[in-house]
Amino acid sequence: MPEGISNEGIGASVRRKEDKKFLTGKGRYTDDISRPGQLHAYFIRSDVAHANINSIDTSAAAKADGVVAIYTGDDVAADGIGGPICGWVVPNRDGTSTHEPPHPILAQGKVRYVGDHVVAIVAETLEQAKSAAELVKISYEELAPVVDLAAASSGAQIHDGMAENRYFDWELGDEAGTEAALNAAARVIKLTVRNNRLIPNAMEPRAAVAEYDDISETYTLYTTSQNPHLTRLVIGAFMLNIPESKLHVVAPDVGGGFGSKIYVYPEEAVCTWVCKKLGRPVKWTADRTQSFLSDAHGRDHINNVQLALDENNRITGLRVDTLANLGGYLSAFAVVTPTYLHGTLLSGCYDIPVIYTNVKGMATTTAPVDAYRGAGRPEATYLLERTMDAAAHEIGMDPAEFRRLNFIPKDAFPYQTAVALQYDTGDYEAPLDRALEMIDYKNFEARRVEAAKRGKYRGIGLSSYIEACGIAPSAVVGALGGRVGLYESAVVRVDPTGTVNVFTGTHSHGQGHVTTFAQIVADKLGIPIGNVEIIHGDTDRIPFGMGSYGSRSLAVGGAAISKAVDKVIEKGKIIAAHLLEASEADMEFRDGKFTVAGTDNEKSFGEIALAAYVPHNYPMDRLEPGLEETAFYDPLNFTYPAGTHVAEVEIDPATGVVEVVDWACCDDFGNLVNPMIVEGQVHGGIAQGIGQALLENAHYDEHGQLLTASYMDYCMPRADNLPSFKVDYTVTPCTHNDLGVKGCGEAGAIASPPALINAVINALSPLGVTDMSMPATPEKVWRAINDAQASAAE
Amino acid sequence: MPQINLKVNGKEEQRTVPDNTLLVDFLRETLGLTGTHVGCDTSQCGACVVHVDGVSVKSCTMLAAQADGCDVTTIEGIGTSDNLHPMQEAFHEHHGLQCGFCTPGMVMSAIEFVSKNKNPSEAEIRDALEGNICRCTGYHNIVKAVQSAAQKMGG
Repeated sequence: MPEGISNEGIGASVRRKEDKKFLTGKGRYTDDISRPGQLHAYFIRSDVAHANINSIDTSAAAKADGVVAIYTGDDVAADGIGGPICGWVVPNRDGTSTHEPPHPILAQGKVRYVGDHVVAIVAETLEQAKSAAELVKISYEELAPVVDLAAASSGAQIHDGMAENRYFDWELGDEAGTEAALNAAARVIKLTVRNNRLIPNAMEPRAAVAEYDDISETYTLYTTSQNPHLTRLVIGAFMLNIPESKLHVVAPDVGGGFGSKIYVYPEEAVCTWVCKKLGRPVKWTADRTQSFLSDAHGRDHINNVQLALDENNRITGLRVDTLANLGGYLSAFAVVTPTYLHGTLLSGCYDIPVIYTNVKGMATTTAPVDAYRGAGRPEATYLLERTMDAAAHEIGMDPAEFRRLNFIPKDAFPYQTAVALQYDTGDYEAPLDRALEMIDYKNFEARRVEAAKRGKYRGIGLSSYIEACGIAPSAVVGALGGRVGLYESAVVRVDPTGTVNVFTGTHSHGQGHVTTFAQIVADKLGIPIGNVEIIHGDTDRIPFGMGSYGSRSLAVGGAAISKAVDKVIEKGKIIAAHLLEASEADMEFRDGKFTVAGTDNEKSFGEIALAAYVPHNYPMDRLEPGLEETAFYDPLNFTYPAGTHVAEVEIDPATGVVEVVDWACCDDFGNLVNPMIVEGQVHGGIAQGIGQALLENAHYDEHGQLLTASYMDYCMPRADNLPSFKVDYTVTPCTHNDLGVKGCGEAGAIASPPALINAVINALSPLGVTDMSMPATPEKVWRAINDAQASAAE
Repeated sequence: MPQINLKVNGKEEQRTVPDNTLLVDFLRETLGLTGTHVGCDTSQCGACVVHVDGVSVKSCTMLAAQADGCDVTTIEGIGTSDNLHPMQEAFHEHHGLQCGFCTPGMVMSAIEFVSKNKNPSEAEIRDALEGNICRCTGYHNIVKAVQSAAQKMGG
């Protein structure tokens, strides 16, 4: 690495290149984009959970000021416009496949949740569209809502031809073997846990601006998306039935996603559909309540767990039966989230000889549920890590030591789990030890005693997690029911002057790719980071890629960039050998220079780039001019980040408020490209996990009304709800990508809820409290304390 | 429709606005100052914080007409990419932003806060930022940034 740029390469905490535009208000989010002559769309959403639509009278609204057009499900059907598709299906236990009911972009005949899209009004201004909406008369024949997940199978039928409101009934693992292990066990730990329903709440609400150019016959859609090419594919090919090449999708600056912007939603499809019909651009932006009602929600499981232990406290088997609430329609990755992203993680960090899981994906008259930060893995970790604590408590063993006893030993890799995955590498004791040291675990009892003197209950809890990240490989994904390939793509275009443009199929919505990816390229090519531009988010510019989610951007997208850079270097070596009249076999590339081995004959990277574009002396018989390479990278396996998070809490018995007083975590993400950015990802994940554990809950009443549809009701984590976090790392590099990276975006959200609930239960365990559901709100905790004290007094 | 006269980022503006136009919509749509963001409907998230006569205001809670005669500063009036305000610089230095959507409001709230409290504790900073929601950073680095900027601005 030439002098002066060694602090910019892989492993350096480079400050973000993208920050200044955001800090100065120059970010360009979708709602910041306005097109000349644009109209505004407003959606009338169902205000009942489950009903037949008897009639829709739009006649008065059509005459209202500024109204240009009004559309209903009949118009969608008449134009043959398709709905959002399910991107992944699974087989049922009986050999049939997932039931996939239609999901029209405007309801046809029936509504299935409060917030379901019924009518689209397009007007000159948003105010006019909203005013006109008041004049639309919709007559519903209300049907029984289905809200209670546990009773959903016996509720009113939500979709025609779908028995017991069940989208699928899937299994994985060895049922007979697991039953045998449970029957033979010295002890069986049984637990039922509920993973509360969350609403993603990216700070930028979803938005879309669509326009049609009748000369090129091309649509352009600006939209809040985590993967613009998938949006183009779904809206173009599956919904509008147009040549995919006639749709240009731009996902500009996107204000957070957390999974909720992976999928295609009805609103952006409606805008794209009608902008051509109306001959004018059409814009829609969600207000926050619309986001609450119709962004895909997350989690919402009921898990029944049985853990078999032998007389030495070693785990001998695990059975998990799950009900997963998927809401009124199947969202794109609704099926894979509670199945392959959940069931395959049930071995956790532990050596478990036999596992069986059954997952029933249920329909209810609530908003669709899909992937949210972690997607299936938080649910798996929560049930497992709560069970580990319950087991440790029951056998009277320290929870950390019980985990250590059952960890997959570090010399056992690659490790084949009982639920399909093969972990390539790992060392789970190292982060456990480090996290315990960081929080001063061994002196906790003294802190508990001290807190008690102040009238507080103090508790400590931990969770050791693993996740499967870097979603791919395509062959495996395809074999498991995925309808997409999950590789990633990159184009590395070197300019004649040696600067570099990188076009990536991933998408950055806060993760800092513009910096991290540039570091990889700068490091490999030995050039300053300022000479590297990262381009993403625009289907007219980037290669076909699958976007960002599941901590795949670096492990898959970054690896694709690295591969493309390798191709650039290989071509550069041939050019350099020609220029230096040397053998190609003798060419080396280091620190930005092509050198003939053992000599000081060299050409700089810039000289080679120039030679490629000014090919006056060039091996034209062997090479084309130019220096631009494309790579598609499809990994051999998932990556497996792991680690331990420890929470310490104090509870005020007078109020039930849980204060998070300390947090320590040690994660193994493989190699770190930019530790500062990694740490930021960990912080954000922990905050969302603490939100789930203590504050957040999507609450539907028995009629299917969402009672938490604004920030007045849905409790978001704020600065004063959280502590500062102690973060550290261990490193076992991933064995199957060049960078040795694993993925860090979801770890905090996966690890933190069980650590925190375990800490709350630990704090209250002197009172005899053994369970606590999420979120552990002050009211719930206060009640648990008072109930425990009351029963102790009896 | 009332005519309003106000100063925005040092520039005199004279406009006619409908009675019910919110200040945030006036800034974004009439003046094209899109750095001020709308993140919620209930004045809870703080993405739209601007300064009105030097005081932090959620611009979704105020009518444009109410800003008649006022001096309004938005994020665009704080610093430029070549000359960041110390608070912006501190957010950059301490990685106090990720997606950047809450950032303008966060910076505006933080600037007003440290102008009143030159040496705040971590708890005071967390309390002061209670009206601004960030979904990305977990606040850890925002708190560090505000503390660092306070020292620089106070000194």
